[in-house]
Amino acid sequence: MFHSRPWLLLILLAGLLLVSVLASLSQGSLAVTPTELWQVFSDRLQGQATGTTQDLVIWQIRLPRVTLSVLVGACLALSGALVQGLFRNPLADPSLIGVSGGAAVGAALAIVLGGSVGGLAGAWTVPLLAFVGGTLVTALVYRLGVGPLGTSVATMLLAGVAINAMTSAFISFLATTAEDVRLRNLVYWLMGSFNVASWQKVLWVAPFTLMSMLMIPALWRGLNALLLGESEARHLGFAVERLRRWVIVLAALTVGVSVAAVGVIGFVGLVVPHIVRMLLGPDHRWLLPAATLLGAALLSLADLAARLLVEPLELPIGVLTAVLGAPFFLFLVMQRRRGQLYGL
Amino acid sequence: MAFDAVLTLRDLGYALGRQILLRDVQLQVSSGECLAVVGPNGAGKTTLFRLLSGEWTPTTGEILFHGRALSHWSVSQLARVRGVLPQSSSLSFPFAAREVVMMGRMPHATGRQQDEAIAEEVMALCDVQRLARRPYTSLSGGERQRVQLARVLAQVWQPAAEGSRLLLLDEPTSALDLSHQLDLMRVVRTVCGSAVTVLVIVHDLNLAARFADRIMMLHQGEAVAVGTPHEVIRPDLIECVFNVQARVIEHPTSGGPLVVV
Repeated sequence: MFHSRPWLLLILLAGLLLVSVLASLSQGSLAVTPTELWQVFSDRLQGQATGTTQDLVIWQIRLPRVTLSVLVGACLALSGALVQGLFRNPLADPSLIGVSGGAAVGAALAIVLGGSVGGLAGAWTVPLLAFVGGTLVTALVYRLGVGPLGTSVATMLLAGVAINAMTSAFISFLATTAEDVRLRNLVYWLMGSFNVASWQKVLWVAPFTLMSMLMIPALWRGLNALLLGESEARHLGFAVERLRRWVIVLAALTVGVSVAAVGVIGFVGLVVPHIVRMLLGPDHRWLLPAATLLGAALLSLADLAARLLVEPLELPIGVLTAVLGAPFFLFLVMQRRRGQLYGL
Repeated sequence: MAFDAVLTLRDLGYALGRQILLRDVQLQVSSGECLAVVGPNGAGKTTLFRLLSGEWTPTTGEILFHGRALSHWSVSQLARVRGVLPQSSSLSFPFAAREVVMMGRMPHATGRQQDEAIAEEVMALCDVQRLARRPYTSLSGGERQRVQLARVLAQVWQPAAEGSRLLLLDEPTSALDLSHQLDLMRVVRTVCGSAVTVLVIVHDLNLAARFADRIMMLHQGEAVAVGTPHEVIRPDLIECVFNVQARVIEHPTSGGPLVVV
């Protein structure tokens, strides 16, 4: 649809993102009009904390939450696209192949052992260990699943099943050994919701989101070549080892900080790049930025829906993405059986 | 002769544990030559190809490319002068055929306009112009093979500063029907000339005899014969290597050797 003018899709997606951010900021248990929204922002930009209800709701509660959902959505979609490129397989998803699980183990470990480090450093151990866990799993699944003729889907998904079983067992084990306060922290985090959003978490996630996005121009050509095969990419002059290391690190980093911030949110990394590929094709030059934008827009909308659907309660966002994403995944599997998915 | 050798193989050998897959291969391929490698299954053709493409490192001997050890070339230098076409490719994303061909221009900084012109030329040559907009994943095996050939042709289409260009092709005709086999070998023959050298692994002896300048015959990891088609395609060699009683007659139109089983 946008194959010949991909930049148009990027503009539309940026527009969608803006609309979804504004909607998320103004909708909720307290509806805020555009004028009031503008008022809060202009006050804050002039350095005044007015202390009105609107200011409290918008600036202290909704803005960090919406920002975090945008960043996490961007991270998850981008990491999905990267992992699919790395595995040369459109069915790869960080949560299905166990990368998110590995990151979750790291984060859970940091939360349970947390206090010993303390202070600012303590806050950083969660994303750091999540990143380490995610990297280890990505490298492991890659070793197991990728052969000279590309990725065996079965091996990759089966490895994911085993790794997810191991990681959830390990997290349960951690939960049984944790002391009261830390157990509560762990449980809140495991439920994976944006109601734990804070400016501090925005500060964790933002630098890595930006860094990953800045790497797109350096990676897209190599990733395109890599889709032909590893030796083909080498024969086209790409340093495949270095490219692969970068992609693994970036995918684990984006998944790691997202998981550390809001828990495991599945299927975003699968669904979003797939939609983008249907719209403009598999060229990473456009796929990566477009998936980043669409992921950001969709996850902030999903969070809005999670807040509004069962008011005054809140759906955990992970539940919502699974309810929407799992059937989509089954649909892709069925297409694959009929041989209609990219000739797999 | 020695100074314009594109490829020089000296005592080339490869062993996997105690199993010797290739031993003592000596060969010089000069600029512009089309050399076919033939041999039965398991003779070491694929091993030779992997060593030449740099995927495996020789356990004995060496490979010189333009007089310089292959391992001393950087991947980006190699990509500008050498195109490699493996037997099968696993692209499972729906790039348009034209985009796949354009990937062959990735190592070069010639600009989009020129790259597109080159892509058109090679697609016309490989008879895939009408497939240009089709997704690669919807193509048949033979069509994919021709698109991949067009990609490596695009890669070595223009002279490069590093020296004359080399094409390594691993059984490029394997997925093709008879007419496309002939077409493809004709394309390879057209491209092969003063500036492009071709080393091609071929299954079909008659195809090799018809299109190659020289043929190397491998048997149990050794090069048993290297020479012109007349020198290599002989009944005694074929019986010894392929274990088949065959007659070699003169090709009615080209005058080259023709194997009749």
